[in-house]
Amino acid sequence: MQMSGAQMVCEAIIAEGVTTVFGYPGGAIMHVYDEIYKQNGFEHILNRHEQASVHAADGYARATGDVGVAMVTSGPGFTNAVTGLATAYMDSIPLVVISGQVPSQLIGTDGFQEIDAVGISRPCTKHNFLVRSLEELPRLMKEAFYIARSGRPGPVLIDVPKDITVDIGEFIYPDSVDIPTYKPTYKGNKRQIEKAVEAMKDAKKPLLYIGGGVVLSNASDLVRELAQKTQIPAVETLMARGVLGAKNPLLLGMLGMHGNYASNMAMSETDLVISLGARFDDRVTGKLSEFAKYADIIHVDIDAANIGKLVDVDYPIVGDITEVVEAMLPQLDGIDTDRFEAWRNILNRYDELHPQSFVDSDDVIKPQWAIERIGELVGENAIITSDVGQHQMWAAQHYPFDRPRQWINSGGLGTMGFGFPAALGAKKAFPEKTVINVTGDGSILMNMQELVTAAEYKIPVINLILNNHFLGMVRQWQTFFYEKRYSETDLSFQPNWKALAEACGGIGYDVTTKEEFDAAIKDAIEQDKVCFMNVAVNRFEDVLPMVPSGGALFNMMLPQKVEGK
Amino acid sequence: MENSINERRVISVIVLNESSVLARITALFAGRGYNIESLTVAPIPESDMSHITIATNGSAKVMEQITKQLHKLIPVYKVIEHEEMVEKEMVLAKFPITEHLSDVGALCAAYNGGIVNVGKEMIIAMVADEPNRIKHFIEAAQRYNPSEIVRGGVVAIER
Repeated sequence: MQMSGAQMVCEAIIAEGVTTVFGYPGGAIMHVYDEIYKQNGFEHILNRHEQASVHAADGYARATGDVGVAMVTSGPGFTNAVTGLATAYMDSIPLVVISGQVPSQLIGTDGFQEIDAVGISRPCTKHNFLVRSLEELPRLMKEAFYIARSGRPGPVLIDVPKDITVDIGEFIYPDSVDIPTYKPTYKGNKRQIEKAVEAMKDAKKPLLYIGGGVVLSNASDLVRELAQKTQIPAVETLMARGVLGAKNPLLLGMLGMHGNYASNMAMSETDLVISLGARFDDRVTGKLSEFAKYADIIHVDIDAANIGKLVDVDYPIVGDITEVVEAMLPQLDGIDTDRFEAWRNILNRYDELHPQSFVDSDDVIKPQWAIERIGELVGENAIITSDVGQHQMWAAQHYPFDRPRQWINSGGLGTMGFGFPAALGAKKAFPEKTVINVTGDGSILMNMQELVTAAEYKIPVINLILNNHFLGMVRQWQTFFYEKRYSETDLSFQPNWKALAEACGGIGYDVTTKEEFDAAIKDAIEQDKVCFMNVAVNRFEDVLPMVPSGGALFNMMLPQKVEGK
Repeated sequence: MENSINERRVISVIVLNESSVLARITALFAGRGYNIESLTVAPIPESDMSHITIATNGSAKVMEQITKQLHKLIPVYKVIEHEEMVEKEMVLAKFPITEHLSDVGALCAAYNGGIVNVGKEMIIAMVADEPNRIKHFIEAAQRYNPSEIVRGGVVAIER
């Protein structure tokens, strides 16, 4: 069929089964937007900033597991999208971002709104393309989606010069992709898997170390089965919250800089780490030379470059978690689960000794209380997104996540401003679910223009602002490590949150008591409007436990003991 | 700590011959802080691939990462970490015509080359040899007052 390049872009998006595209028009991408106007194969959401468009597509992708799609124009449209690309890249999120580019003949002439998009995005995309001819456009669209979702997923940028969107040619969308240089490994090496299983049977103090790769591979049920069958205790990384489910007795909690005592001690004392889709991030390991010092390491990862990058691995297995765990399970028939009982008891005692706790107050709302309270009020039914900072860690520590893809946050890049647009994406994907963005008075302002988007499209997400009038995480470090010099972290000057939300077509709540908190949550869930819930919390609350940067995992600053617990 | 010893290594990278593939390779080295001592690239005859030869150095751990990170790039087909290789580098050198032609010719012959061009004022010599021998040639050539020396970078092939 004959059509323009712009129409091909739209037809390819439809052929990929995409129903929602987030974006922002501009000069170089106008022909594509003209075709968007004429079609009804997908809905387009106009965010009020390109960064938010990419985060929204990212939130959509994290909530569904499908490829998220965003569209931006050339120059500043693209550069605004870079933070979104980098955020998705660091967390291996499948995205296709389509950017307009100046006409081919203007490329390299410093044209209006020209920037080298493939050059800038090279280190923060899995792959990128500058389309050079109309003939290759359908194939490159197909390859972009394929590369984004296959292997270790990631964002792909496709940069389309304006003249190519105008040109008319034959559109044949390929059925399949064949890139001879790109063949991801899914199946783990059989011999290595056998050896790893033997090691699991021989271990005395094994530990499952569960990472975001399990979520990406949709392998949570299999990993739950693995834990259940072997009775091996488990820790989750920030990206894996929800994989085992909060009620799982084998789950010790989250490990790392703000991990709980039992998790970090388990990693310090284990004799066999079974790493599934985790990448030994510095926020997880602390001081590398002390990390899992007494353990052999099984490392299952679809990305060979992650294996042996930071720690030496005894049982490397390159492959998809789903395929590898499927292969492991039958080999573990008859494993002696009593063998690990003493180890489990030790870890349970650690947890009794220093549980994930906080001192509650009757005078002021504690941020941890607010998290636990929304867990009680909306629990399993909600999707929780977050921004970056103290509130993010409290949410990760205290929310009872029951399932994967319930927890959406920027783990690798740590992007403030991610949570609100990501919540819009998640809510578009699951309109029947309550979507709450746990945020702070710092982060929320970084994409607050999305109030307008949410109000216009009636995407009723709840922004739970844990307001301590500080850039809290930086403040916490200043308290601990900079002798309380609060350099540029005091946010005492505040907007009128309620009025701000209302001015943009949303609802505002000012909450200072627990009663007001419950009432506001209840009301916000019933409303079909976006809201800012400004919750005044204890100003100087710290995120604990904390492993000071570069310290060993077992050297934690612990929270105050709670009487009677 | 054998892991931390920096060793010179030569890697061949076979890539799809498409635009910006070389930029992807060099950006990877720059972005992750790896060294490039020399880099050569040319299309592989009768294929849509190119052969890039990179001389680099780093510890065993760094070399492993370089290989794996290169392999992750979508247009990279194959990465060969050379162990048993034949390695050659070419160099062109320009000498004043007033130098003794026979001496320069003899020197070049000793290093697997010769005089390839003679002009009114200058002669141009070419040699091709192992990189460490190329270094010796350049040292030895100094006495003939070379006005310009251009090294070609390493190419290697596994034995």
